[in-house]
Amino acid sequence: MKFLPLVWRNLLRRKVRTTFTLLSIFVAFVLYAFLMTIRTAFSMGVEVAGVDRLMMMHKVSLIQLLPISYMRDIQSTPGVKLVSHNTWFGGTYQDNANQFAVIAVDPEPYLALYPEFKVPPDQLKTWLADRQGALVGRDVAARYGWKLGDKVPIQATIWRPKQGSTWFFNVDAIYDGDKTIDKTNFFFRYDYFDENRQGAYGQVGWYIIKIDDPSQAAAMAAKLDAQFANSAAETKTSTEKAFLQGFVNQIGDVSSIMVAILVAVLFSILLVAANTMSQAVRERTNELAVLKTLGFSNGLVLMLVLAESLFMALLGGGTALALAWVFISRGSLNNAFLPVFLLRGRDVAIGVVLCFLLGSFAGALPAAAAMRLRVTDALRRN
Amino acid sequence: MLGWIAQTLAVTSLGIRNIPQRLGSSIVAVVGIAGVVIVFVAVLSIGEGFKAAMTVAGSPSRALVMRSGADSEMTSGITGPEAEVIKQAPGLLRDGNRPIASSELYVLVDLNKRSTQTAANVPLRGIEPTALQVRDEVKLVEGRMFQFGTNEAIIGRSAVRQFAGADLGSEIRSGELKLKIVGIFTADGSVAESEIWADTRLLQGAYRRGNSYQSVLARLDSPASFDAFKNWLTTNPQLNVQVRRENEYYSAQSTTMTSLIHGIGYAIAALMGIGAVFGAILTMYTAVASRTREIATLRALGFNTGSVLVSVLTESMALAVFGGVIGGIIAYLGFNGYQTATMNFQTFSQVAFAFAVTPALLIQGLSYAIAMGFIGGLLPAIRAARLPISSALREL
Repeated sequence: MKFLPLVWRNLLRRKVRTTFTLLSIFVAFVLYAFLMTIRTAFSMGVEVAGVDRLMMMHKVSLIQLLPISYMRDIQSTPGVKLVSHNTWFGGTYQDNANQFAVIAVDPEPYLALYPEFKVPPDQLKTWLADRQGALVGRDVAARYGWKLGDKVPIQATIWRPKQGSTWFFNVDAIYDGDKTIDKTNFFFRYDYFDENRQGAYGQVGWYIIKIDDPSQAAAMAAKLDAQFANSAAETKTSTEKAFLQGFVNQIGDVSSIMVAILVAVLFSILLVAANTMSQAVRERTNELAVLKTLGFSNGLVLMLVLAESLFMALLGGGTALALAWVFISRGSLNNAFLPVFLLRGRDVAIGVVLCFLLGSFAGALPAAAAMRLRVTDALRRN
Repeated sequence: MLGWIAQTLAVTSLGIRNIPQRLGSSIVAVVGIAGVVIVFVAVLSIGEGFKAAMTVAGSPSRALVMRSGADSEMTSGITGPEAEVIKQAPGLLRDGNRPIASSELYVLVDLNKRSTQTAANVPLRGIEPTALQVRDEVKLVEGRMFQFGTNEAIIGRSAVRQFAGADLGSEIRSGELKLKIVGIFTADGSVAESEIWADTRLLQGAYRRGNSYQSVLARLDSPASFDAFKNWLTTNPQLNVQVRRENEYYSAQSTTMTSLIHGIGYAIAALMGIGAVFGAILTMYTAVASRTREIATLRALGFNTGSVLVSVLTESMALAVFGGVIGGIIAYLGFNGYQTATMNFQTFSQVAFAFAVTPALLIQGLSYAIAMGFIGGLLPAIRAARLPISSALREL
């Protein structure tokens, strides 16, 4: 500890070099935080998926509809706690580019299945009393400036109303949730939807089934599918996690791309830092020899050089992670693309470990060189 | 002036020939810049590839008719009688009395992606016998065309690569639907190659669509007849449809994805670029520092500050060009033509495409590298030019 001032002095000796090395490390870890945030945005849905929730959809594909009559059969299956259904509505607001998830739901069972959506009780009461009402996410409400009580026109894409091509909904309630929750959904009532669409009455998109025992998920899924085998609409049931993972896989391997970019970034920064450290050791050969003459042990010299390298990595990387943390917790830049915008504690911890590794690796060779330095040779060199 | 150029050349070549003496720090700059160029080119090549697959698909001489309000074929719906009316529109190419137009269904079928072994939404298109005349770029490369009226199907070449269980001769089973793959087709590498095609009437039954379709794709007698064709349809009181040129439809579908990739790609490249510039600045400061006495000697001999400045800048940019070229070559060899598939969010269906490292992208990457080299060399060059000769000569 008492040698910290020495390490600090050494860093200040070449201010320009130290500054730019620090800045390189800083930029690398800002990028790290940014890439991890994108990665989280794509994987978060999978991670927060309820382990006790199953998704049942049409066996052929998710665009095929299922009859609402399945509801009763599912409900009466032993092991099923709760069931509800959703129907994808599509729809756009004002402009075709303004798309977000618009879904017809059965309000009470839906919210019982997804307790992570927080709705103020008085707003919920309004929604339950208003057939034309909608429950919207805080982020999408903020994006379009919707307030409670607003009447919102949604352009039909798949489902046209009986008259015209626009549906109108009242913003009755706004839901919130913690940072892992997508707050860009727009939910409205299935009863109103079924009454006002043209055809396909009594058809729903998919079922969400809450089961008693998550460890039995696979067996339950098989049992449920067997009930509807050889019917007009055969089903495919999977856990919510598997379904969402499948969806993410369909987008592509975002996670690997992010990791590959990070490897490239960290490798370049490692070279920058290692180069700085080896220069620092080279130009201080004399001095290190003097330290050794004064009785500094080989191990201590090694530690001094390593400490300098680690100090730089942790200062640059730590500042970057801290600033990124503050910036990212202020909210998403673009919640249409990245509805979940979150730098997780785990990723920050991994970042700190990476700083540590970067510092150690960058300092390793120069420190070893400094340790092996023989006083007589070093002092004779000049 | 000539003297100045000769001086500059002399100092620059001296600097560049001395690079091997400062190999370590020069490699740092080169690798840093090469890394940025690789990432920049690779990420943007995803966008280019996706865009290429989507835009090759469209021909201005084809028009796509969908229900008004629909944002894609997936959400559109056209009844059988409406389709018959559409086929009577003027401007449509006719073969004798037969209109060259195909009433089509666009649905999904679940197949496993080969890479992840998880289910993917593979587009399944129901076509009419005229479809191959409408799309004249489609060629069967293996097997044969399917027989209308049977449960045979053909599959695009990219779809075969990306999805398991859809090879030539295999049977796709999904619920009541059974499709026997009898042929593999190409379509100039376009999005159509991600699709499976079967008889539209077969799919009407399997997907319970009655006598209805989702779109009508029509071949125009010339691209110029589009307006007449469109006006006739949109003003027809029997119909409630929108008409778009096929190429415009597909390029509109690709904009969300390409702008997302561009946004992410440029942001990452900009941040990485800043890091690489810092690396280059360090390298060049080191270069100047190690050449302090040499530079001072040159100045004392009468070389002017301008030539010293230019020489440092040139050295920095030479390293950058080297890094940029290496990065470009690695990106090209590593990523060009890499086959993958992603989801088209407009239709929730899979689009297979290949990363496209285009010459334009490589030039962009190289220009970016040169810019990084210039910025990285600027401060060190100024320091070199300003070195006070007497004290620099005294320096160790």
